Amino acid sequence: MRPANEEELSGMVRAARGPLVVRGGGTRSVGRPVAGEMLETGGLSGIGLYEPGALTLVVGAGTPLAEVEAALAAEGQRLPFEPMDMRALLGTEGAPTVGGMVSANASGPRRVQAGACRDSLIGVRFVDGSGTIVKNGGRVMKNVTGYDLVKLMAGAWGTLGVLSECSFKLLPVPEAQASLRSAAMPPQEAVTVMSRALGTPYEVNGAARDADGRVALRIEGFGAQVRYRLAALEEALGGEWERVEGAASADLWRGIRDVTAFAGQAGDVWRISARPSDAGEIVARADCPVVMDWGGGLIWACCAEGRDLRADLGAFRGHATLIRGSEATRAALPVFQPEPAPVAALAAGLRAKFDPRGVLNPGLMG
Amino acid sequence: MDMPAANPATLAKRDRVLARLAEVLPAQALIRDEAERRAYECDALTAYTCLPMAVVLPGTTAEVADVLRICHEERVPVVPRGAGTSLAGGSLPTEDAIILGVARMRDVLEVHHADRIIRVQTGITNLAVTGEVESDGFFYAPDPSSQLACAIAGNIAMNSGGAHCLKYGVTTNNLLGVTLVQMDGTVVELGGAHMDATGYDLLGLVCGSEGQLGVVTEATLRILPKPEGARPVLMGFDSSEVAGACVSDIIKAGVLPVAIEFMDRPCIRACEDFAKAGYPDCEALLIVEVEGSQDEIDAQLGLITQIARRHNPVELRESQSEDESKRIWLGRKSAFGAMGNINDYMCLDGTIPVSSLPFVLRRIGEMSKEFGLDVANVFHAGDGNMHPLILFDANKPGDLELCEAFGAEILKLCVEAGGCLTGEHGVGIEKRDLMSVQFTPEDLEAQMRVKDVFDPHWLLNPAKVFPLQASATRRAA
Repeated sequence: MRPANEEELSGMVRAARGPLVVRGGGTRSVGRPVAGEMLETGGLSGIGLYEPGALTLVVGAGTPLAEVEAALAAEGQRLPFEPMDMRALLGTEGAPTVGGMVSANASGPRRVQAGACRDSLIGVRFVDGSGTIVKNGGRVMKNVTGYDLVKLMAGAWGTLGVLSECSFKLLPVPEAQASLRSAAMPPQEAVTVMSRALGTPYEVNGAARDADGRVALRIEGFGAQVRYRLAALEEALGGEWERVEGAASADLWRGIRDVTAFAGQAGDVWRISARPSDAGEIVARADCPVVMDWGGGLIWACCAEGRDLRADLGAFRGHATLIRGSEATRAALPVFQPEPAPVAALAAGLRAKFDPRGVLNPGLMG
Repeated sequence: MDMPAANPATLAKRDRVLARLAEVLPAQALIRDEAERRAYECDALTAYTCLPMAVVLPGTTAEVADVLRICHEERVPVVPRGAGTSLAGGSLPTEDAIILGVARMRDVLEVHHADRIIRVQTGITNLAVTGEVESDGFFYAPDPSSQLACAIAGNIAMNSGGAHCLKYGVTTNNLLGVTLVQMDGTVVELGGAHMDATGYDLLGLVCGSEGQLGVVTEATLRILPKPEGARPVLMGFDSSEVAGACVSDIIKAGVLPVAIEFMDRPCIRACEDFAKAGYPDCEALLIVEVEGSQDEIDAQLGLITQIARRHNPVELRESQSEDESKRIWLGRKSAFGAMGNINDYMCLDGTIPVSSLPFVLRRIGEMSKEFGLDVANVFHAGDGNMHPLILFDANKPGDLELCEAFGAEILKLCVEAGGCLTGEHGVGIEKRDLMSVQFTPEDLEAQMRVKDVFDPHWLLNPAKVFPLQASATRRAA
């Protein structure tokens, strides 16, 4: 099924007699495998409104992300949260869509400064599991009118509604970027350095440790500003740093964003969200290759296939998600971190209200 | 503005409920005396008052849970309250409701510079959070004008903003975790010091839910390193349209000021009389602030003033000293106080797309003549969040009602222009009955279903946010 507009989408969901597999570009194959009829959102495409002077964009959920990025680039603007492209890591093909990005709350290295996808998402329209069209938020960046269902839809993996339209707050693309890169260092030391960098006033908006153990720190801004801040940061941190400028810096961060180090490598990939200061201990317990982003707050771990990494990590403050694993592994292990009973009850309650018949990606989130 | 009539059955239970509450609370945490309850009869929306059945001021999360559990069992409505600074009537009680205030819960539980977080009890004031981390070079970004008095609890309930959110976002963008006590007394942790949710973003849902989904007793907040410096520039224009066009050009040029504030002539005059900030006498004033090192500030302000000059400003003044910067901001931050000096006023809070600014300002001017009430405009121009202040005389019969009718028309105009009813103050009772202007019945139903999940009996702050008619059957059930 491929609705051409929101009305058709509503009709199709209402008429559904069994599970629907909601699909944008099909590039983010995360979650428990779901069997059902395919509902593709590609027809809900197109930029509805783009006001560069107001830093806002309204776009159909099925719009290819590449189309959006090209339109924004033409005005020197961008989505602030640097969404990850999962194709390389997951070995998927197709064109990532806006709706898929939002449903995954896909947020890259700039999360540490500019927030996640959910922070830039200012409005949604969606069709709930009964086929009802609902809107929430709007196209203005300050809006506290009623409950914030916008946040609820970001990262819900299409289990509470099928997105038809999304609105975003944008940012100008800075004139320049450059990065500092260290020699390899152990995880705990890397976190300490990254925390110090993120605690300076120089607006570091990327702080990662790559699979080879090298720490990278990014600064963006006007040309002179970047030069000044890079020097000031280097001075504040001490030690030996290599400078990575311009396009090379952009490539470096694209690699971190897309976790290309684990693309095509054997093994399952887990995504661990943690307190940065706990990251060293977590990496030690994981005892496998890792990429650290968000100053240590995000850990990508590549471990042996089928391993229950979550069990091996034991209790920690945060959560682990199985991002890449065989269908068998994803069926055997909870993909998302199981939640305490009262929180799980709230989630189940919301699901029952928004999708009472259980037709939207049922079981995907466990 | 109506509030639901008190339920006689609930009032009849008063003695029993208070006796049960007395069992779980220290004596000073339970206020029964009428004179003392009087202090809680309203918040900063002082036009409406009502004496609550009782007031409780628990000191711990466990006490909050006990209170809510008892009220849940007894089916007594509870109205949560932070510092009582809501401009929307968010903590206005009904006669049959218990006010649950978090004012005694003000502890700082953890400060962690490396993780850039602070964990607090939510009765702490907004400014005290920054005060706690300032000497170490950090700050808490959301800065509502009431930051000296308002509590983090209320900031979370209303998803408060402030002047600097163009760059740093509002409360929801700076909130990492909460301890939430549900109406039945269940305590849940949502989020933490890590940066995203597993499963649904319940934290995002709770922030801005106006105390209707639970009582937030503790919060983990993101703290940011203080910029090296900040400096405002003041620009005067001879029309609002030109000022609006200048804002749009600044944003398009790729500079991201930390704040862009707008004031119109009536507001400029009032602020100048009150704060002596040295504001020029002109139609529209912009305060644009940028951050960074001295050189960075010079470069950014250079670009901004270059853009401003293309719009023929009648005044263009970069702050030359720390003292001058403070005075420039003092004028803006005392806008509400300054207006209060002149008259009674009602402060609105709609948001509009920045591009509709000139149109909306022109329409407000026309409507001001139609209603015969003066309006002063002060707002966050970078994000389109307007604060028209309608002046009226509370002692003149009918003036409040006229003012409210005018306010409603302005908010409808905001929605028509593609914006919304409230940008940072919340719906409360003030905008409750206008919700159907912005939302379809289906939109409202989707939101009310969320409350059904968190608070099935609709006991928490039940008469707020949703039009009374829309929520009637749920509240009666």
